[in-house]
Amino acid sequence: MTSDEIRATLLACLSDVAPEIADEEIEDDADLRDELDLDSMDILRWVQGIHKALGVEIPEDDYDKITTLGDAIAYVAARV
Amino acid sequence: MPSLGADMTAGTLAKWCVAVGDTVSQGDIIAEVETDKGLIEVEVFDAGVVEKLLVPEGEKVPVGTALAEIGTGTGSATAAVTAAVTAAVTATVPATVPAAGPVPASVPGSIISAGASEVDLGGPMASPAVRRRAHELDVALDGVRGSGDHGRITLDDVRGVAETSAAPVALSDRVRISPYARRIAIGRGVDIAEVRGTGPGGAIQASDVLGAKVQAPSRPATPAERMQRAIAVAMTRANDEIPHYYVEQSVDMGNALAWLRETNASLSVSERLVSGVLVLRAVARALRKHKKLNATWQGAEAVPCEEIHVGLAVSLRGGGLVAPALRNTDEGSLSELMARMTDLVARARAGTLRSSEMTSATITLTSLGERGVESVTPIIFPPQVAIVGCGATAERPWVVDGQVVARPVMRVTLGADHRVSNGHQGARFLSALDRLLQEPEKL
Repeated sequence: MTSDEIRATLLACLSDVAPEIADEEIEDDADLRDELDLDSMDILRWVQGIHKALGVEIPEDDYDKITTLGDAIAYVAARV
Repeated sequence: MPSLGADMTAGTLAKWCVAVGDTVSQGDIIAEVETDKGLIEVEVFDAGVVEKLLVPEGEKVPVGTALAEIGTGTGSATAAVTAAVTAAVTATVPATVPAAGPVPASVPGSIISAGASEVDLGGPMASPAVRRRAHELDVALDGVRGSGDHGRITLDDVRGVAETSAAPVALSDRVRISPYARRIAIGRGVDIAEVRGTGPGGAIQASDVLGAKVQAPSRPATPAERMQRAIAVAMTRANDEIPHYYVEQSVDMGNALAWLRETNASLSVSERLVSGVLVLRAVARALRKHKKLNATWQGAEAVPCEEIHVGLAVSLRGGGLVAPALRNTDEGSLSELMARMTDLVARARAGTLRSSEMTSATITLTSLGERGVESVTPIIFPPQVAIVGCGATAERPWVVDGQVVARPVMRVTLGADHRVSNGHQGARFLSALDRLLQEPEKL
């Protein structure tokens, strides 16, 4: 799975959580909580979406490793 | 047309979800209504057959207007059965309200989450006929002092306001304005600097504001702006009329978070819990023994609510705030509550809340901790009589067994109505909340 394919999947999952956020608004290095106003429930729903779409299970202790889209892509790429 | 907020005087029937001849059951969505708070799904609480749709789609009608006739399907519907209004009232009148009492047309509410009450601080008491007349005369019932029983607004009251709004006025050289008038001015978008007061010393009265010209907006207000305006009106009223008191407590969240971490490790991703659900459940359970805080203010007295429906403040990313209720928050498993909370928040942000969720909260929980603030000093949503605010859970020095250690601590604030409870009772509630969070496995 390429990085672009992972990005597209993660963005699709994020769109399910926060449909009002346009893909183009999301910079790779932007803190998702701060820039997109996501809360812990949004993050959990995103993690659930990623697990469902890619089968990658992100434990709670690793949430701080997916604080940006770029980090999340790298995290998933290493496990998919 | 049900009232879905304290200052809602009218709503637009956006869409019918049923047709004449359809059979409906309790809880079915029969229509979508557009309000300042967005599109709200209106439920019906009586089973029957839709015999007549009284309001066409796209029409704006005053609160209290009959929307449909629900009957047995034989054309025998009770005259002017207001399906939605009846439904909302039935759903929200607490068990403690005498069943034989008259059901008001105004389902009271707060700005955001209306409470379960027959009469409230937030919504004026008036019959459907009075509301219709007020709408025709462009009189905001909010600023009308009722001369009927228990402050109920009569047709004469409405006519009186309409007539006095045209009275000659004297220019005031400084702005003195009553709380009622200020609230109406905010709601109607009237610039009080341009209003001539006719009260003592030139004070601006409600009638002055009602008679003032409303500046035409340069463009139509956006949904977010309309929602903010509704919030402004209700919060101004709450601040003016509710004698708030506040008590705060720091809660050691160490046990709760450790339990949550351990529990989540054993759950599938789809079943994980967030700490917010523990706080939500703890608030609800603490209310079981502190019922004075689980009540609504109705005219001149507090009426306790038998059931506990915690309203959850949800910020909308496009702007605005809603606080829909999670009914019977103290019951069921944590997993169930988590699923319900997730669904409610998602629907709040998608704009698909139901009327019963907008009108049944008996207390509100607001949390800004995720944004890093240490504490929140919230304003009560009328007609509720209490609100709980949570700050961030952060590592702080804490004394355990005589030793100073770092513990995750959350500052919890209770804002309550001093007409209903006092600081001692509020402090006991917070102590109970603290104890519950120390034993998360029992939640």
